[in-house]
Amino acid sequence: MTAGEPPLLAIDALHKQFAVPVLRGIDFTLRAGEIHALMGSNGAGKSTLCNLIAGIHRPDSGNMRLSGQPYQPASLHSAEASGVRMVMQELNLFPTLSIAENLCFNRLGNRAGVINHQALRDSARAALARLNLDELDPDTPVSALGVGKQQLVEIARVLAQPVRLLILDEPTAALTDPQIDQLFGQLDILRSAGIGIIYISHRMSEIQRVADRVSILRDGALIATENADEMDVERMVHLMAGPAMARIPPKTPTTIAATAASNGSATKPGHVVLKIEQLGRQGAFTDINLELRAGEVLGIGGLIGSGRTELLRTLFGADTADTGGIRLAADDFSRLQQLRNPAEAIAAGIGLVVEDRKGQGLLLDKSIALNIGLGQLGTLHNRLGIVNDKAIADNSAEICRQLDIKHDDLQQPVAQLSGGNQQKVLIGRWLLRDLQILLFDEPGRGVDARSKLLIQELIRDLAAQGKAVIVVSSETEELLALADRVVVLSNGRLAGEFTADTVSEQALLEASFRFYTTAGQKVAPPLEIS
Amino acid sequence: MSPSIVGRIRLPWNSLGLVAVLLVLILLFSSLSDYFFSAVTFRTLANQIPTLTVVAVGMTFVLLIAGIDLSVGSVMALCAAVMGVLMADSGWPLVPALLASLLTGLACGSFSGLVSARWAIPSFVVTLGMLEIARGGAYLVTGSETKYLGPAVGRIGEPIAGLGLSPALIGAIVVVALAQFILVKTVFGRYMIAIGTNEEAVRLSGINTVRWKVVVFAIAGVLAALGGVFQLGYLQSADPNAGIGLELSAIAAVVIGGTSLSGGRGSVVNTFLGVLIIAVMQTGLAQLGVSEPGKRIITGLVIIGAVLFDQYREPLGKLLTRRYEPKRGIS
Ligand SMILES: Nc1ncnc2c1ncn2[C@@H]1O[C@H](COP(=O)(O)OP(=O)(O)OP(=O)(O)O)[C@@H](O)[C@H]1O
Ligand SMILES: [Mg+2]
Repeated sequence: MTAGEPPLLAIDALHKQFAVPVLRGIDFTLRAGEIHALMGSNGAGKSTLCNLIAGIHRPDSGNMRLSGQPYQPASLHSAEASGVRMVMQELNLFPTLSIAENLCFNRLGNRAGVINHQALRDSARAALARLNLDELDPDTPVSALGVGKQQLVEIARVLAQPVRLLILDEPTAALTDPQIDQLFGQLDILRSAGIGIIYISHRMSEIQRVADRVSILRDGALIATENADEMDVERMVHLMAGPAMARIPPKTPTTIAATAASNGSATKPGHVVLKIEQLGRQGAFTDINLELRAGEVLGIGGLIGSGRTELLRTLFGADTADTGGIRLAADDFSRLQQLRNPAEAIAAGIGLVVEDRKGQGLLLDKSIALNIGLGQLGTLHNRLGIVNDKAIADNSAEICRQLDIKHDDLQQPVAQLSGGNQQKVLIGRWLLRDLQILLFDEPGRGVDARSKLLIQELIRDLAAQGKAVIVVSSETEELLALADRVVVLSNGRLAGEFTADTVSEQALLEASFRFYTTAGQKVAPPLEIS
Repeated sequence: MSPSIVGRIRLPWNSLGLVAVLLVLILLFSSLSDYFFSAVTFRTLANQIPTLTVVAVGMTFVLLIAGIDLSVGSVMALCAAVMGVLMADSGWPLVPALLASLLTGLACGSFSGLVSARWAIPSFVVTLGMLEIARGGAYLVTGSETKYLGPAVGRIGEPIAGLGLSPALIGAIVVVALAQFILVKTVFGRYMIAIGTNEEAVRLSGINTVRWKVVVFAIAGVLAALGGVFQLGYLQSADPNAGIGLELSAIAAVVIGGTSLSGGRGSVVNTFLGVLIIAVMQTGLAQLGVSEPGKRIITGLVIIGAVLFDQYREPLGKLLTRRYEPKRGIS
C-alpha cells in the first residue's frame, strides 16, 4: 500500500445496541490485500461487527469508509453491489434447491427470467472447482449434503462472484483439514489479487497460519490490533479473556495419554454398554463393528462426508439401518436390534447432540429456557401435566452458569445469542438428561477456546461418572484432548483404531483417506500435508 | 404478567389490541343503529358464537403445530347428523347420542392426524380428503334429509333460567379457558409450540412428535363435533349441508387473533376475541341492513387488515415494552 492511499475499509467509532450495547466505539481498518483476523470469545461482537459491514444491520452511530468513500450499506444487497461479501456463521442455503441453483441464486435466469440449465451447471462446476469440490454433482439438492459440505457450497457461492472485501465468519468450524488447506489456498490467491479479507475463527493455529494482522474484540470493544507474527497464542488468549480469565484458569489441552493416565480409564475401562454389529446404511457407512464401554470417551475422526454424522444418527434411531444392529447391556446383549426413532433411543438411554444446530437442534425464536428444558418437559411436570416452570428455569440458569452462556435473560429467544452461545444451549439440553450413552456430533462447533475447554471438561466428567460417550470431531486437537480411543471412518468404513500409544495427527489423517483410493469409489480431495 | 418459559409473553398488550378493536366495533354499531345494544342482539350473538368458538379453538391448536384442518365444517355436519339420526330415528336419549357424536369427531380427527403424521403427508391434503369423506358420510347417515329434533335438544341452546347463559355458551367458554390453560401451562402446550417452531428439532430431542400431532387433530375433531352439538341445539335439527365454509370462518378467527399460520405462535384467548370480532361485525352489519355481498367484502377486508396489523405489531409493541430487535437468521 502506498502512503496516503486510503485503506480499503476504515471504521470509526462504530456503536451498535440491541437490548444492551453490543459494539462500543469500534475503530478498525482493513487494508487491501491483507487477511485480518477477528478474534474474541463467544458473544464478543464479532458477527455483529461483520453484519454491520455487510449491511445486514445498521449501526447506531459511527461511520465507515470504503476506499475513502463514505460507506453506509442499506442492505446486504447494497453491500454486495459495492463488492462486500460475507460467508455467514450460520448456513443460509436453500435446502430444496440444487447446488447449482444455490451457487447462482441471484443470477439464475437470462433477462426474460428463463433458466439455462446447462449454463447454470457449467458455472456451478467452475465455482466448485476452485475449492476442489469436483466430486459434487451440481444437480444434487443441498438438503442431501452434510453440514460440512453445505459450508463449502456456501463459501463457493460467495467466491463465485467478484469481490473487493470478503468476510468469512467461522468458515472452518465444520471443515476438516484437507478442505481447510484448500480454502486457505484460495484465500492466498485473493490476497495477492489485492482483496481485503476479514477472517473470524476460534482456532488459534489457523490464525497464525493465514492472518497478516489480528484484532481482538472483548465485550464489544476492540482492544488490540497487531501484526499476526508478533502475537502468540498466550497473548491472544490473555487479551480475549481479559480480567474474566481469573474466573476459570485455562487448562492446556491434555493428550490422550495424559487423560488416560489422570483418570485411569484407559487402563481399567468399565463394562461394555453397547455393541455395534455389522451396522450399515446404504450410501452412508458399511459394516461397522464397535464396542463402547462405560467410562470411556470414544472419538470418531474422518473427513467430511465419511459417514460419521450418519453413524451417530443411526445409533440414535434418527435414521434407520439397512444391515446389522446394536446390542444393549440392558438385556445382556441378547437381542440384536435397531432403534426405530429417537424416542426409543432415549428410552434405551442414548442421546445425541446434533451437528446442525440451526436446522435440527434449536427452536431459534423460542426462549433459552424452553430450548434447554425441551428434553426435560416429559419429566418436570405434575400429574395434571402442568409444567414445573420454576424447575426448568432453575436448571437452565444452572446450565448457563456452568457453560458460561452469555445472555441477557432466560426468556430471550435463542436466535439472539451469538453462534457459540447457541451451541452451548444445545449441549446444555443434553447435559440435563440422565442418559447412559451420549453421542456428540462436533460439540465444539463455533465455540471459543475457553468454552471448548469447559465443554471438554464436562464431557470428561460425564465419562468419569461412568457414562459412555462418543464424540465426532473434525478437529484433531479436540479428539486428542478428549478421547481415550479414536476410530477413523473413511468413506463409510472403519479405517483404524488408535489408542494413546498409537495415535498421531499423521496417523489419523492417513486413516481418513484409506478407503477413498480404491478403484471405483469416489475419490476425495488429494492429500495435502504441510 | 409473570414471565413464561414460552418466551416473552405477548399476551397482555396484544389481547388489549383485540379488545380495543372489539370495543370500537361495538361503539360504532351502537352509534349507527338504535337496536344494536339490545337483548335481541345479545341473543343472536349467543347463538352464533359457541359453534364457531369451539371449532376455532381446535383450529388454533392445529395451526400452532403448523398444520391445517380443512375438514372441520364437514366433520361438524357428520357428527350432528349422527346425533340427529340416533335421537330422531333410533330414539336414543340425549347424552348417549351426544357421546356418540363426540366419538365420531374423535375418529375423524384421529384418522386425519394419524395419516398425515405417520406418513408425513401435508395435513392440507389429508383434511381436504376428510372434508369430502365426512360430507359424504353426513349425506349417507341422514339420507340427505334434514332431521328435525325439536325441543328435545333445544335446551342446549336455551338460556338457563336465572343465569341468562345457554349451556352451549357456557360450554364454549369453558373450552376456551381449558384450552388456554393447556397451551400455557402444560407439557402438551409446550410441545405444540415447539413442534410448530421446529419439528425436526423436537423429534431429535426424543419426543414422539407423531403421537402429539395425532392428539392435536383428534382434539380438533372432538371440538368440531361439539360445535355440531351446539348448532344442533340452536337449530333443533340436523342438516347434512351445515357447516359449509366453516373452516374458513374458523381460520379467519384464529388469524385475526394473531396465531401464526406457519406455526409455533398463538393464543386461544385471542382466537376467542377473533370470534367475537367476526360475530359482532356480522350481526352489526346485518342490523345496519348491509347486503350479504357487502358483508362479505367488509369481512374480507377486516381479515387482511388484522394480519397486516399483526405484522406491524412487533415494532409498535417495541415502543411499549422492552423488546429485542428481530434477528434475521444470522448469528
Ligand atoms: N438481534 C439481537 N438481539 C439481541 N442481542 C443480540 C442480537 N444479536 C446479537 N446479540 C448479542 O450481541 C452479542 C454479540 O453477538 P455476536 O453474534 O456478535 O458475537 P460473536 O462475537 O460473533 O460470538 P460467537 O463467537 O459466539 O459467534 C451477544 O451477546 C448477543 O447475545
Ligand atoms: Mg459469531
